[in-house]
Amino acid sequence: MTRSGTPLLAVRGVVKRFPGVTALGGVDFDVRAGEVHCLLGQNGAGKSTLIKVLAGAQRPDEGELRWQGEVVSFDNPMDAMRTGVAAIYQELDLVAGLSVADNVFLGHEPATAGFTRRTEARRRTRALLERLGHPDIPADRDAGRLSAANQQIVSMARALSRDGRLLIMDEPSAVLDQDEVRTLFRVIRELTAQGVAVVYISHRMEEIREIGDRVTVLKDGRTVATGLPARDVRTADLIKLMTGRDLEYVFPDRKPLDPTASVVLTVRGLAAPGRFSGVDLTVRAGEVVGLAGLVGSGRSEILEAVYGARKPSAGTVEVDGKRLRRGSVSAAVRAGVGLCPEERKSQGLLLDQAVYRNITVSTLPAFARFGFLDSGAERARSRELTTALDVRPPGVDRAVRTLSGGNQQKVVLARWLLRECRVLLLDEPTRGVDVGARSEIYELIRDLAQRGVAVVVVSSDVEEVLGLSDRVLVVREGRVVHEGPAQEIDESRVLDLVMEGTAA
Amino acid sequence: MSENTATAAVAPTSGPPGESRARRAVTGFLGSAAGRNTGLVVALVLLCLVGVITAGDRFADVDNLLTILRLASVIGVVSVGMTFVITGGGIDLSVGAIVALSSVWATTLATQSVANDTHWLVLVSTAVAVGAGCGVVNGVLIAYGRIVAFIATLAMFAAARGLAEIISNRKTQIVNVQGFTQFFDASVLGVPVLIIIFAVVAIAGWVVLNRTTFGRRTFAVGGNPEAARLAGIDVRRHTVLLYTLLGVCCGIAAVMLIARTTTGSSTHGGLYELDAIAAVVIGGTLLSGGRGTIAGTVFGVLIFTTLSNVFTLNNLSISAQAVAKGAIIVAAVLLQQRLARRGDT
Repeated sequence: MTRSGTPLLAVRGVVKRFPGVTALGGVDFDVRAGEVHCLLGQNGAGKSTLIKVLAGAQRPDEGELRWQGEVVSFDNPMDAMRTGVAAIYQELDLVAGLSVADNVFLGHEPATAGFTRRTEARRRTRALLERLGHPDIPADRDAGRLSAANQQIVSMARALSRDGRLLIMDEPSAVLDQDEVRTLFRVIRELTAQGVAVVYISHRMEEIREIGDRVTVLKDGRTVATGLPARDVRTADLIKLMTGRDLEYVFPDRKPLDPTASVVLTVRGLAAPGRFSGVDLTVRAGEVVGLAGLVGSGRSEILEAVYGARKPSAGTVEVDGKRLRRGSVSAAVRAGVGLCPEERKSQGLLLDQAVYRNITVSTLPAFARFGFLDSGAERARSRELTTALDVRPPGVDRAVRTLSGGNQQKVVLARWLLRECRVLLLDEPTRGVDVGARSEIYELIRDLAQRGVAVVVVSSDVEEVLGLSDRVLVVREGRVVHEGPAQEIDESRVLDLVMEGTAA
Repeated sequence: MSENTATAAVAPTSGPPGESRARRAVTGFLGSAAGRNTGLVVALVLLCLVGVITAGDRFADVDNLLTILRLASVIGVVSVGMTFVITGGGIDLSVGAIVALSSVWATTLATQSVANDTHWLVLVSTAVAVGAGCGVVNGVLIAYGRIVAFIATLAMFAAARGLAEIISNRKTQIVNVQGFTQFFDASVLGVPVLIIIFAVVAIAGWVVLNRTTFGRRTFAVGGNPEAARLAGIDVRRHTVLLYTLLGVCCGIAAVMLIARTTTGSSTHGGLYELDAIAAVVIGGTLLSGGRGTIAGTVFGVLIFTTLSNVFTLNNLSISAQAVAKGAIIVAAVLLQQRLARRGDT
């Protein structure tokens, strides 16, 4: 990008303080029309706050925003949208129950004398979806029933319907599989060709290289580097900028598996109609088994069925040779199975409650005498675990909501560590976890296996599945299509297997 | 009582002491636990002042104060149970109807004659069993039938009172069981038995909510039912237990009401659902679940009962009381929201 002239949006010395914390301590960067500007930073670096400031959801305490050279101040998101800035948040903000067209024009419905012009709204929605390369999304479908990927497209259509000229996308790829990411990138390229600017936030280095033009790095609420060329800057340099230390993105060494180790988890012929069928799986003590597959291939559903959170129609699950009652989470937990669910916030944590309460929630009877809890002991054990796992900031009485993604994940892991479980099921263990904490979580998983736990990992990140696992199962359309040692297969072969037959 | 709320972020012993940490602990303490109850205490004291100023000795009289407490104890027992259900993410509109049905069932001629032949505890256990039964039905419909709590208990609200009318034939049933009236009319060291029962239920409720696995699970189930389920808590069973607990409280309240009025009637417990929910909510329990306080509920009940008393002493109408109640609910909730927001940061 060698475009010159006034930037579309200039951010100058933005400071945002919350009681007790300075979330942004001076952020500067420029976004040019037609570029993809990537924003990088660890969790807690201030990205979310910055997005909110740019989108008018929060007002900065100091500093200014200049839109095409003019100083602007956004009192609310509506202001920002009128100017041309729209944010697409990670938690998509579509109203389920309303149609796609209603969602797109929510708040600025085409109307005559107060009567909405529904045909007009649908027509314009179709035009927008076409511009986004998705004429296949029906404008009158209930938005709540679209896939995550299509919901994202609808959010983008909404931004464009307001004549958005700067789109802020917060980790859009986190909810998409590889195919959908490719489509998203195509859409982004078309938009930038039309002069729209995109601020793109992601943890995935390879995405930044592929789609990004320039990179700005945030650390502790400040800009530490801006305008770096996305294609040429070295990954190691970026990581160093983000973390302030040298860090290799490495997976822990595999230890050779003890061939005499006993089989802990045995799954036979597990099936759920329309989801998956004929799934066989055995995991030995100390072994990490990875499930690779696209979103919707059935991999998460398989984990849920093993855990009893979803009732299978056929098949058995055995732990240490004992068969579990079908569809009973309590039976699975009693037998020593733990699950770190995909949606950490909505499925894993009691966000408003203290860290120690989140850790002990599955082990309460161990801290109770005749039903009475010894909360001193609860806190003490939790403190040991959070120290061992290096949960930051320390303090077991703090509400889990205040921790970053990586530290929240450690709290969920601590819960199952405390439980001393036999089988640990991990669904997307590093989603929303920054680069620094990611390696720590990998170490932790390996460490657990070393202590004799049987681990099953599901991830969309093929590199992660391969790097972490001893053995890999590839799932496609609800069936296991490949099984073998992780060293004997590479990323492109896995992708081939995953995509086979799905390419339209 | 710093353990009263799930969010009380006070850690006197953990971590290195730091200035900001200490300050945070102090503001957290003021904002969540004491602060919330301080507001209620202030409101109660103000009400009492108004009572003394407007009604003088007629208010500030031991007999009058005991009357207030006696009136508070019946709805108080129901409200303690309601605190559990609301903290666990539910709601129960049928408590008044359950009280009526329990009072009627426990005072039928058949029950009374059995009680006279054996022991008055038969009457008590009948009321409690009927209350528990209704609670089980509510809980099963909600947890296993997947009916929204509002609707399931609305159905119970209609059906239980209707059944009470059928059983009693809409007639007031006078209680004439040996020992029963004497026991509940008695006083221990000058404190009427009804008040003692309320105190025991409230203390037991506090202990169970804050010190037991059952209480902890209630917070978890109310705070995030999906996470609780995936953490291995049997959410459905727990939900049934919560409504059963409230049903038992309704049964106890029915016994107290029978003792106070010496009757069982299908008109007992009118509007108890609204009074109990109001007391729980102004006490600081979150209507969406996950946060609950028994102490707050007790203060909520006392505030409403004292208010009624002050109005009655001043010859003001029931209608005026209702208006004042409405205003208090809004004022209390607004105040709490402000305090909670300050406590969160």
